[in-house]
Amino acid sequence: MSLIVRNVHVTVEGKPILRGVSLQVQAGEVHALMGPNGSGKSTLANALMGHPRYGITEGSVEVDGKNITALPADERAQAGLFLSFQYPVEIPGVSVQNFLRTAWRSLHSGQLDHKAFSTRLQKAVADLQIEPTFVKRAVNEGFSGGEKKRLEMLQLAVLQPKYAILDETDSGLDVDALKVVAQGVQAARAAGIGILLITHYSRILEFVAPDHVHVLTNGRITQSGGKDLAYDIERVGYAAVQPQP
Amino acid sequence: MTVASRSLDIADPIGYASMSKPGLSRQVVEQISHYKLEPEWMRGARLRALEIFQRKSLPSWGGELSNIDFTKIHYSLRPTDKVAQSWDDVPAEIRNTYNKIGIPEAEQKYLGGVMAQYESEAVYHSLQKSLEKQGVIFLDMDTGLKKFPELVKQYFGTVIPAGDNMFSALNTAVWSGGSFVYIPKGVHVDIPLQAYFRINAPNAGQFERTLIIADEGSYVHYVEGCTAPVYRADSLHSAVVEIIVKRGARVRYTTVQNWSKNVYNLVTKRAFVYEDATMEWVDGNLGSKLTMKYPSVYLLGRGAKGDVLSIAFAGNGQHQDAGGKAIHGAPDTTSTIISKSISKERGRTSYRGLVQVPKGMTGCKSSVVCDALLLDETSRSDTYPTMDIRESNVTIAHEASVGKIGEEQLFYLQSRGIKDQEARSLIVQGFIEPIAKELPLEYAVELNRLIRMEMEGSVG
Repeated sequence: MSLIVRNVHVTVEGKPILRGVSLQVQAGEVHALMGPNGSGKSTLANALMGHPRYGITEGSVEVDGKNITALPADERAQAGLFLSFQYPVEIPGVSVQNFLRTAWRSLHSGQLDHKAFSTRLQKAVADLQIEPTFVKRAVNEGFSGGEKKRLEMLQLAVLQPKYAILDETDSGLDVDALKVVAQGVQAARAAGIGILLITHYSRILEFVAPDHVHVLTNGRITQSGGKDLAYDIERVGYAAVQPQP
Repeated sequence: MTVASRSLDIADPIGYASMSKPGLSRQVVEQISHYKLEPEWMRGARLRALEIFQRKSLPSWGGELSNIDFTKIHYSLRPTDKVAQSWDDVPAEIRNTYNKIGIPEAEQKYLGGVMAQYESEAVYHSLQKSLEKQGVIFLDMDTGLKKFPELVKQYFGTVIPAGDNMFSALNTAVWSGGSFVYIPKGVHVDIPLQAYFRINAPNAGQFERTLIIADEGSYVHYVEGCTAPVYRADSLHSAVVEIIVKRGARVRYTTVQNWSKNVYNLVTKRAFVYEDATMEWVDGNLGSKLTMKYPSVYLLGRGAKGDVLSIAFAGNGQHQDAGGKAIHGAPDTTSTIISKSISKERGRTSYRGLVQVPKGMTGCKSSVVCDALLLDETSRSDTYPTMDIRESNVTIAHEASVGKIGEEQLFYLQSRGIKDQEARSLIVQGFIEPIAKELPLEYAVELNRLIRMEMEGSVG
């Protein structure tokens, strides 16, 4: 049972960004993917989730043995993949509750078990210490950075995918937002969800201990290791930890 | 054709009690008046209006009206000989039609009184006892004229004179049906008064006339919903709605219009709003070939307030030319116009609005927001806002936006397992939500259902 990324190449607007990325995330594992600006981290997140502008030109992506490389985003979600967005978009006028309910129904072959849904939602709201009125607000509309992250984590907790990609490339998260994400990751890990945590800084890793750390440079994974690798990067920077050519 | 209208696009085999020949003349107008046993002043008003109509020409702005053949329209139809007293008295064919559009359930749950307009005349009218006790009058207009001729005479045509425009002239000449509502001083009507309208004959012109008088300090919510079967010949719906909101009163008038896609829907709606009174128009336009409708508020007393909220959806072959007007005829008056439109597959929406503040009307506030959403490259939206502000001591705001469904919004929803089409529907529902939430629940549900069906690509 794993998310397998095999030799993935991605071209964006004619420009090759990823040049053969391979990864394997097991259920319940946390993998941190780090890398300098422009190394292709967000591209990988978007390409794995099936953003139409991030086409995979070579290689494959598998979720528990199912090849999802050519599927649209909604079918990748059906297969068990989830992306926590770096910049979640506003959907004006659509309440969090309505959005979650619609997503839940879509992920359960069009069926909505009201009781199961509301039980899950209430538990997730309680676990993440979210105000009950939060779910009545329009999706991300007028949300602070921390609230947006909280909503991403709420979706993760309610929808319970098999594998979650967390795009936390941006350095702009405040400590509260970081803690929200960390809390979401811990809960997901405990629920057996495999996690690919994409980040530029190791700051978030103070709150989440990864099982594996990978470094992405120029569209390729150039180094993999344990959590010590993250500390090395923090201490001496990306350039210093790179294998010398 | 939509799924919504498809199931309803069945003409009922009705034996019309009598059916006048198509076309309009002095004789036809006199016949209508004679048949209804109207007072002389109404007959005179009709004939004067006919002369005005014959002198007026089609407006040069708005939508394409030149295809209307006024000589082919029936100006009077009578489905039954008299107004039915209870639901059981309504002919079976007509009840079948209403069953299809779900009125009996609505009746059980919500209705205080139902005025179902079938063809040109109200056939069913029930008024809850509590309303009667409060002194509320809720009648079809013909009965209203018979029972309260003085009250009707006092207000009829005072808000919208026959000469206002070509279609108000036509309506005044040949009107039939519509509602007459009077709310006494200080009376709050707790349940919405609802009326259902339906066109159901080839070339049936529908010229209902509604007059609502809310006396001082009263409150009423009037709800009008429409659905119509499709015929090959073009059909004309041209109503006039006059509302008088006296000092401290509040009236809300809600419409959800889903005429079949061959109907010309040309409606004049206007309210006179006096001191500290409030008028709210909530207007949803989904159907029709062409709608031209600009609910208006004339703010005539200090502290008067007027709101116009409108939603328009235009699919293939449709043009929704809608908006609102606010005339600030007194100082310290407030108006809000919010318009949301959605166009799809060569559908066209236009916002057309007017805000007028004459010199000396200090302390007025007006806010106009018009947002358009285009669902594809072939759809179209235009904005024609007119601001005629002659006083400087006022607060005026105007915002307009035209948007498309964003790729990033779609991807976000799809990444949660929601299919493309459902994601688009959800975004559209969110777009209209600020207005949909002002509708009575069952109308909001119906509106969302209709829009969902329109979105599902059944238009064509």
